[in-house]
Amino acid sequence: SFSAPNSIISLLHNLSNCVLLSESKTDGSFLIHHFLSFFLKGTCKVCFLGLVQSFSHYSTVGINMLQAREKGQLVFFEGLRNSLDMLLPESDASDAEPQPLSFLRWPSTDLRNLFDFVNSSLSQSENDMSRWASPVLLIDDLSVLLSLGVNPTAVLDFIHYCRMAVCSKQQGNMVTLVHNEDDLGDEDCDLVLHALTHQSSLILQVHGLNTGYCRDVHGQDKFQLKRDHTHVFQYKVHDKGVSFFAPGTSSAVL
Amino acid sequence: MAIPVQSMTGISNARLNVEMNTTSFQKKSRSKLLSIPGTRPSFQNGQLLVSTGTTSLDYVIEEDVFDSYSHMLLKYFLAEGIVCSHSFLIASAGEHPDDILQGLPAPVLDDVPKDEIGKINQRRENDVSEESQDSMKIAWRYQNQPKVQTVLAASSRFGHYYDASKQMSAETFESAEYYPFYLPAEVHLKYSVSSNIHIGYIKLLRFIQGVIHKEGFDRACPQSKTRNILRIGIHSLGSVLWGDDICCKDDPLYAYSLTKFLYGLRGLLRTSLSVCMVTVPSHLIQNKAIMGRVTNLCDTVIGIKSFNGSEKDANDLYKDYHGLVCVKKIPYLNSLICELPDTRDLAFKLKRKQFTIERLHLPPDLSDTVSRLNKQDLAESSKLLRMGCGAAATGKKHLDF
Repeated sequence: SFSAPNSIISLLHNLSNCVLLSESKTDGSFLIHHFLSFFLKGTCKVCFLGLVQSFSHYSTVGINMLQAREKGQLVFFEGLRNSLDMLLPESDASDAEPQPLSFLRWPSTDLRNLFDFVNSSLSQSENDMSRWASPVLLIDDLSVLLSLGVNPTAVLDFIHYCRMAVCSKQQGNMVTLVHNEDDLGDEDCDLVLHALTHQSSLILQVHGLNTGYCRDVHGQDKFQLKRDHTHVFQYKVHDKGVSFFAPGTSSAVL
Repeated sequence: MAIPVQSMTGISNARLNVEMNTTSFQKKSRSKLLSIPGTRPSFQNGQLLVSTGTTSLDYVIEEDVFDSYSHMLLKYFLAEGIVCSHSFLIASAGEHPDDILQGLPAPVLDDVPKDEIGKINQRRENDVSEESQDSMKIAWRYQNQPKVQTVLAASSRFGHYYDASKQMSAETFESAEYYPFYLPAEVHLKYSVSSNIHIGYIKLLRFIQGVIHKEGFDRACPQSKTRNILRIGIHSLGSVLWGDDICCKDDPLYAYSLTKFLYGLRGLLRTSLSVCMVTVPSHLIQNKAIMGRVTNLCDTVIGIKSFNGSEKDANDLYKDYHGLVCVKKIPYLNSLICELPDTRDLAFKLKRKQFTIERLHLPPDLSDTVSRLNKQDLAESSKLLRMGCGAAATGKKHLDF
């Protein structure tokens, strides 16, 4: 596989970064798996907001999440499972403890509780600091919050607070996946995407090919480092990973 | 992993036998594979496959304008469940679930006489409760072999054929575990203020959760009976009949009601042995962004466009077909990749007995004089294809040699 994308990503270990993953007309979740694996192997403490898939889905794809969770390296939030407590509460009484997805039940609470969850997960105790490298926040994905009715301003506030807590205060990294559906007229989505584009130091845009669906080349990935050139690669996702190649050099073509 | 198109219940599609082309290696096989009738494990990701895709998945079918073919797909999905002895749940706000049940297509069980069908179901029930009493005398060595069903085991096949012109007999579905949800019988229409989600959806979600938990599809309770799959079919979700206004207003009052429901549904499916097919009248949803959100929240999205009543009906190019099938989204579950078909341009036709989905191919242009008019038609229809089906390849443009 092409080394250039990996060398770009390896820069993340030295800087505190806000990485934006945007997927358009294709599934970009392989990048989430890639980053998760990358940071866990780099002994970072990771807080993973898995909002769209189950724990077993993420852990089935080659990363030993169970082990990481057991030794305290990984904090995983399973949005789907938690949502049912909010959408179908057992009683009318409010929850005893603040719930990360409380906005599903009480729309006015926005994402305050979700931020508190992230913050407490990644606050490094003395013990933590000696064990783990810098903290990482991984979000799959941010767009689902908009789909569930959270105000885009609230989403941007949440990201802002996370960036301050993770990147600024602790020199950690943040990786966020969003959908890019610019032809659908989803203004909320566009707003969040544009704001994040300005705030991010590394942007990976994954896009289905313009010529349509193709079996051998799944899409195109544009890597953009702030103040740097834009690198464009094409990619194909395999069973256990992804291979990148320069545009037009797919093995199916050469 | 079964592609929804290929494995669409009871639909013959010899040309799209993607299922047979799975890779030969086994990836992370689980030590204990659940063995449930009507399912088999996928080689790719260890998921259980039912004959309309994988369990724990959510299928959304975008209805055709008159909801004729999408309704048919839903019926096939449910009929397959009955033939495989799965439990099933039908939720509807318009037609009563019992009426939908009556209208299911009859399975084509080769060589099986009608009265045998009742016996198959009977035998399955008995298998659980009693051991075979007769011990074999002469063939005692074979006593411990698994019982072979002498009736042609149509119900142990993976995927079946249905006769669209005949209705399923009452005996076939009588012994099935069936959970109906009929909205008008359940609740007065009003909004639930606290979570901004329509109360009809909340009721349905609670109902589904109740069935899953009570009958043990979530594996929470120790199962006293053999494990089974729950098939959930939901008709016309999002329509006015469900009390939602996304189909009649550009700026609906509670635009996120449907998406919240779908998120909760996804949560239920992911934590249970169930699979769900939902039809949505997307052509009525004014705000395109809403359908985009719905698509992102579901695993598989298939659009059905029928040619009935449109100008395409008269177009020679499409005379072989009744409509188009547009695969808008494919699931990536427990794996980085999925079974990808060669093409996403598909069309369907309904012959007397069979509903077939196949690769769309334009007939060769055999006329001696290719008039300008025909060329224009081709360009027009390929444009329409593109508009209708998003990311579908636009390679149908007329090629000049």
